Amino acid sequence: MNLLILRLLAGRVAMALVSLLVVSAVVFAITAVLPGDAAEAQLGQDATPESLAALRHQMGLDVSAPVRYWHWLLGLLTGQPGMSVVSGTPVSDMIASRLPNSLLLAGITAAISVPVALALGIASAMWRGSWFDRMASSGAVAVVSVPEFLVATLAVLIFAVQLRWLPALSSASSIDSVGQMLRVFTMPVLTLCCVTVAQMMRMTRAAVVDQLKAPYIEMVQLKGASPTRMVLAHALPNAIGPIANAVALSLSYLLGGVIIVETIFNYPGIASLMVDGVSQRDMPLVQTCAMLFCAVYLLLVTLADLCSIVANPRLRHR
Amino acid sequence: MQGSASFTTSPRRRLAMPWPGLVGLAILLLWLLVVAFGPALLSQDGADMGNADVFAPMGAQHWLGTDYLGRDMLARVIQGARYTVGIALLATLLASSIGTLLALLAAASAPWVDALLSRSIDTMTSIPSKMLALIMVAAFGSTLPMLIPTAALIYVPGAFRIARSLAVNINAMDYVTVARTRGEGRLYIMLHEILPNIINPMLADLGLRFVYVVLLLASLSFLGLGVQPPDADWGSLVRENIGALANGSAAIVAPALAIASLTIAVNLLIDNLPGRAARGDH
Repeated sequence: MNLLILRLLAGRVAMALVSLLVVSAVVFAITAVLPGDAAEAQLGQDATPESLAALRHQMGLDVSAPVRYWHWLLGLLTGQPGMSVVSGTPVSDMIASRLPNSLLLAGITAAISVPVALALGIASAMWRGSWFDRMASSGAVAVVSVPEFLVATLAVLIFAVQLRWLPALSSASSIDSVGQMLRVFTMPVLTLCCVTVAQMMRMTRAAVVDQLKAPYIEMVQLKGASPTRMVLAHALPNAIGPIANAVALSLSYLLGGVIIVETIFNYPGIASLMVDGVSQRDMPLVQTCAMLFCAVYLLLVTLADLCSIVANPRLRHR
Repeated sequence: MQGSASFTTSPRRRLAMPWPGLVGLAILLLWLLVVAFGPALLSQDGADMGNADVFAPMGAQHWLGTDYLGRDMLARVIQGARYTVGIALLATLLASSIGTLLALLAAASAPWVDALLSRSIDTMTSIPSKMLALIMVAAFGSTLPMLIPTAALIYVPGAFRIARSLAVNINAMDYVTVARTRGEGRLYIMLHEILPNIINPMLADLGLRFVYVVLLLASLSFLGLGVQPPDADWGSLVRENIGALANGSAAIVAPALAIASLTIAVNLLIDNLPGRAARGDH
């Protein structure tokens, strides 16, 4: 670690925080300012000038948009993002009850998909052009170019309908034993893994193949090292940065996948909470969930950047 | 997508395309024909519940079986093609043209315009696409006239980024400098000097973006937040018939396969275009 690296890292983190602030402004603008008067929409035909003014006051709409944004932002930062319009309960409670489920799902998926994807990616880079590489690569392209719900549907058709190994729906409310946990988590995790592994494998393979084109690899070949040694001992240490970058970026694809997977499997997580919020137009809930997802996304993207800065040997020895 | 033959390779090899590309092209053309003429050729109306069974299997009467209300599944898929392909095509064209125009403007204008445009569009990319779609649907609803601009807005940043990096390179060419010294206006530089040189890679990018839009819209419809009943695109068809999952009937497999065949076909075609542009993710 030296000053240059620290300065770069601090710069990236500061940039991420600024992006998050701008994102919050965009989210607020789209959900609270552009759609027009929420009070008018709620009252509809029964609106009289008096009731409209009263409801506006009650909803805090009688102050200007920047002031409302400021209050909303403060509320988010202090953990009080307001009340759900539909159920009347605090949004923070609704999220707190769902968040652990989603984190557990994401954690299990990451723990399985990262090693599998790295092994597949490195192996197909090592034997590139072989039948293994071609199978793995075209499989990954196929998975990436179909929607997540198709992967989920196929998984249900195969494992729940044809083989009858697992139930088609999961609910995390009834976990008492390891067996039950397996039954609940297998289908969602399997689907999410398919999607992330495909992304991560392609990016890992590209990172290693990129290294294999470098002149020093030719030197390694000329001195007679075996292909395995060439990849594992020479190319891989130099590809760590791009690979870490690929892992963090692919995990951000989890965010998209988790929305579909939680809905199709009825999993009580934060993404299905948000989808319900969207269909009921529960704006405080949607805003808070959206900010949560955007924050995690920015965190992962920034982590990816930080990894590639730290792993760059040219910056390390200066 | 139609621009495959106009790519500048040597004249002898102009139409040479590996067979996976030809397969992709054939499937894509088939779907476009279905979109254009399919509904006119139907013998059965997709809205007709008739007296058929619910989730009837494939047979002579109903080639793809029936859906959860006993409607003919083949008719539903063919009518759904108009929504899936039509909305996605409109949204993609909109996104690509706006992105390209903004990129031309950024490349041909003063550095501060470029910086401002690039920065503000970069912030849009720090919202994941599905998240942005959910927020937009929550705010503006999901009527057809809203879905198209929503999907277009989400994919403008990607088109802008690619077009800008291409346009900036062209902008540094000598002939652009010559045109500028000659006293040509900014609009002339944008449309006559830069645009013709970035149009081919942008067409390839259009195809890829089309796939993303199809996937996004299908996912939205699958969540019940996209095309609303009684209209149905392929994503809504999968959602409607999710009850058939337990017996694996054609009602759920057919629309799912339709989406997969369309997106994979476009991918195959783009990957095998002669002189294809560098392919990035998103």
